[in-house]
Amino acid sequence: MFCFSTYIPKPAHTVMRKHGDSPVICDLAVPKWLSMSSGCILALLQWVSSFHGSLFPHLTVSSLCSSEDMIAEFSQVLNWSDCVVRAFAWHPHTDKFAVALLDDSIKIYNPKSATTPTLKHRLQRNVAVVQWKPLCASALAVGCQNCLLVWHVDPCSLSTRPSAGCAHVLSHPGHAPVTSIAWSPSGSLLVSASPMDTAMMVWDVAAESCVPLQRVGGGGVTFLSWSPDGSHVLASTPSALFRVWETRMWTCERWPCIKGRCQSGCWSPDGSRLLFTVQDEAVIYSLTFTNTPAAVPSGTSKGPHAAVVVADLSETTFSTPDGDIIVGGEIQSLAWDPRGERLAVLLKGDPRAADRSPIIAVFKTRVSPIFELLPWFSRYLMLLLMFSLCSQCWSSGRITHVPFYFLSASIPRLGLSGSPTLPHVQERPADFANQSLFTEFIS
Amino acid sequence: MQEMSDRLLNNKAAASIAWAVLLLPPSTAIFVILSKFSVLHPIQTISECFSMLTSATAIFSFILLCGVIIMVGFLNFEYYTVIPTIACSKIALFGQLLHPRQLVNSLVHCIMGMIVAWCSAVTIGFRYETLGHPCAQTDGYHQMCLNEYHLILLLGGAFVGFSHSLLGVIHNMNYVSFHTVQQYKYLRFKGCLPLVVKCSATQALYSVRNFIVVYYFLGYIPRTWICKTLNLHLGSSAHPLDSIAGLLDLSLLYHLWISATFLLFTWYITLLLFRIFLTEHIHFRLNPTDHQILVLSFPKFQFLALQDLALLSQHSPLRRCEVFSLSQPGGHPHNWNAISKECLSLLADLTQRLVAYHDTVATNGRAKSLSSGSERKTSSETSGTLISQKWLSIPLTAPFTPDLDSPFMSPALRRLAAPVEQGSPWYGTVQSPHIMRRVKNFLAKRVLIVYLFNKLPEASSQALFADSQAHIWALEGLSYLVQASFSEDQFGVVQTTLPSILSCMLVLQEAVDRHFKLPHASSKPVRSTSSMGDSTYKTLRFALRATLKTAIYRITTTFGDHLNAVQLSAEHRKRLQQFLEYKE
Repeated sequence: MFCFSTYIPKPAHTVMRKHGDSPVICDLAVPKWLSMSSGCILALLQWVSSFHGSLFPHLTVSSLCSSEDMIAEFSQVLNWSDCVVRAFAWHPHTDKFAVALLDDSIKIYNPKSATTPTLKHRLQRNVAVVQWKPLCASALAVGCQNCLLVWHVDPCSLSTRPSAGCAHVLSHPGHAPVTSIAWSPSGSLLVSASPMDTAMMVWDVAAESCVPLQRVGGGGVTFLSWSPDGSHVLASTPSALFRVWETRMWTCERWPCIKGRCQSGCWSPDGSRLLFTVQDEAVIYSLTFTNTPAAVPSGTSKGPHAAVVVADLSETTFSTPDGDIIVGGEIQSLAWDPRGERLAVLLKGDPRAADRSPIIAVFKTRVSPIFELLPWFSRYLMLLLMFSLCSQCWSSGRITHVPFYFLSASIPRLGLSGSPTLPHVQERPADFANQSLFTEFIS
Repeated sequence: MQEMSDRLLNNKAAASIAWAVLLLPPSTAIFVILSKFSVLHPIQTISECFSMLTSATAIFSFILLCGVIIMVGFLNFEYYTVIPTIACSKIALFGQLLHPRQLVNSLVHCIMGMIVAWCSAVTIGFRYETLGHPCAQTDGYHQMCLNEYHLILLLGGAFVGFSHSLLGVIHNMNYVSFHTVQQYKYLRFKGCLPLVVKCSATQALYSVRNFIVVYYFLGYIPRTWICKTLNLHLGSSAHPLDSIAGLLDLSLLYHLWISATFLLFTWYITLLLFRIFLTEHIHFRLNPTDHQILVLSFPKFQFLALQDLALLSQHSPLRRCEVFSLSQPGGHPHNWNAISKECLSLLADLTQRLVAYHDTVATNGRAKSLSSGSERKTSSETSGTLISQKWLSIPLTAPFTPDLDSPFMSPALRRLAAPVEQGSPWYGTVQSPHIMRRVKNFLAKRVLIVYLFNKLPEASSQALFADSQAHIWALEGLSYLVQASFSEDQFGVVQTTLPSILSCMLVLQEAVDRHFKLPHASSKPVRSTSSMGDSTYKTLRFALRATLKTAIYRITTTFGDHLNAVQLSAEHRKRLQQFLEYKE
């Protein structure tokens, strides 16, 4: 639980000492009593802050790194600090998407309109996550270094630079940097999380008011995911513990992990199954929740007692015409398509080994009547980020859209799954032509 | 029905007061420890506290405190409202402050503040304990002298109680808002506790500061009065406390502050518990007769019913099933009819209000500046629906007459500036436009008058949407039910009302859009975080706008192209198409 405090020096103190003993101050012939008293105060502060570090492990993390490093640590994006595309979000209902770039601007692409609005705001720095509000055409929530912004981008407007007045700033003391946000599927509430804040905020965006939800243990909240049916919210913490909140009365279940923190998670479309991964482990766990048809609002849903391993993604070697490739390892993020038929898994790979680039593996899944998870295809790509099922953002700034054509199991007709009807490829990677058995690529 | 709702609310209030009384012992104990704490003798402090807490005076003052809490709880219950009263100008605010009902409230708070201060004076003991103390005069006689420390504590308590009551009006502290996030009572209480501590400490600090200033200048008045009436003498030895040296006593300031904090803390806790208990979700039985509740009873209860509707439509399939069911025998969808009719009339009422307001603004409030208030009343009376009855009791219609180009926008002043009625002694003398203008300029130069009568920006907009929480729930309830009907409505009861629901929402959407184009309507209010007053009402219009859009989108995304089969006017169809294409 206090894993972070063990390997972290106490940088807060060193910083303070730098201030106290800095040559500038010495040069200025400070009166002796002043330096004495400030030294005493400094010692007292150090003593107090040493307690602080042992009580709140996540705060020690924060003093280790800048908030930028912290976002990079807890972001779902692989290699966040160098990636040109820092965050990406499909609109849940229509075909447009938002891309947050390294220069802290956000661009909105819509194939039906010629204008590409660019969103810039002086508070919009180090964007960690963006998400469109469901059941709304215009609202885009942005989690960034100091606050949370909700942009209202009029889809009919022709302006390419919406003014800062279109953004509502939501901030709460101590709640920064925001590394994860999640809209309720009904569009009424927004939850935000910060590794620095032990409370998770539930925002009523229109009223700009928030309700902090706080529980003992864990320290900070790093990743949030709202189930598509709106009944549960997954909230992981920097320590080996995550919580599953039930959204009617906002009570939670504690789920201690054995190894590391919960890295990523996703929900099945009906909200009955949660898949999650744990840091430093190459397996996908599953939890099932039975939704009691609640006529009475009492009690949380009676969940399972332990998570089940549903997939083992430890390293295996495949031989391909190009030579052997090693697939597997630690998992960075998960995404499940809205129909629950394909699951995409971003594997971290090993940045030091040349042949171990990050890989996206795609599984074919079925939720009902029984849960099935079958390897579908996997390919090695320099993929750094993947949000929606079919869009992959590359470190170079390319965004590739891979439309998946497959026969939907539940509806016997050929359809597009999990993606808007129009595929748009910003730029097609050169090696796409010689790939694939089950996919088609359209430029 | 009225009896039932009254009983329910009474029970809730009683439960909250009972909890507040139960929480009194721990908070008193903490107060005792904090007030008697001395760093040098910690053990002595603890033993003193124990002996203090078990003494007879402590028990007596504790009983007094319980009485105060019960009284505060009663006042909360008596004065609370779910629809805030919004003063549109400073003069209206003064009117609220000087209302007899409010004066009674202030007086009672003042007395209660004094009682609490007496209790804390007794608890702190030491030099604060009694009002008089024997002192030796120069001629050797023993006389009773006034203990000014005791007096200043009592007066401080009274002052804090009084300012609490005034701030209650200014910050709309009697307004009870409903949270979007449902939580169990204990967890909500726990979550709000730090805020209460913070608020009471800071508010006590400000009040004590103000009190000291007042006492410095006017302190001699109550002191001499007390001395005269009780035949006490002024002690000659110590500093009088209304001097700089007397007031710079740190221990005195600390005790003033800690007792003010204690006072405010217990009152805020009572208020918080009351709010938590009152806004707790209630389950209503679903049958057509029960839905008369929505119609008949007063807003406080109607709000709870609408909250239940919004929650049931969202969360419980079983109860939704009941809504979509048909009556046996007869096969009429009574439940659905009652609900949809009620919600639609609520929404239509808001639309009507918005349109009327917009018309008034469009005519610049000139032509019918004097009559618009009364006209509105008659129009809502004649509209004749059951709910419109209650709008009459809400004082939000009166000041809707903004005259955009003049600094005087309140009806009271306009009466001054407007042509004088026939028959009045002024008639005939002051009627030329030149003189009128001069009068206007004359008044405009008077800064105080401008300050008092100037319309507060966005206040009229806030007043217009003051009760919009009801509309928000109505919209949520309707849209969730319509969404669920796509898969759950076996008999198609919703289909029959779908056109009217859609057109009602679209008309409201248009009215709201038009309203937000007015000046001040879309400006965001400043948020104050460190106050117990609830400022949710300031942003209700934004919440309503967002909910309305979401509600329409909820219906359009669920039904999609099926909506083309719904009968709508061409204009509405065009608007709906915008929603279907995600262009709103």
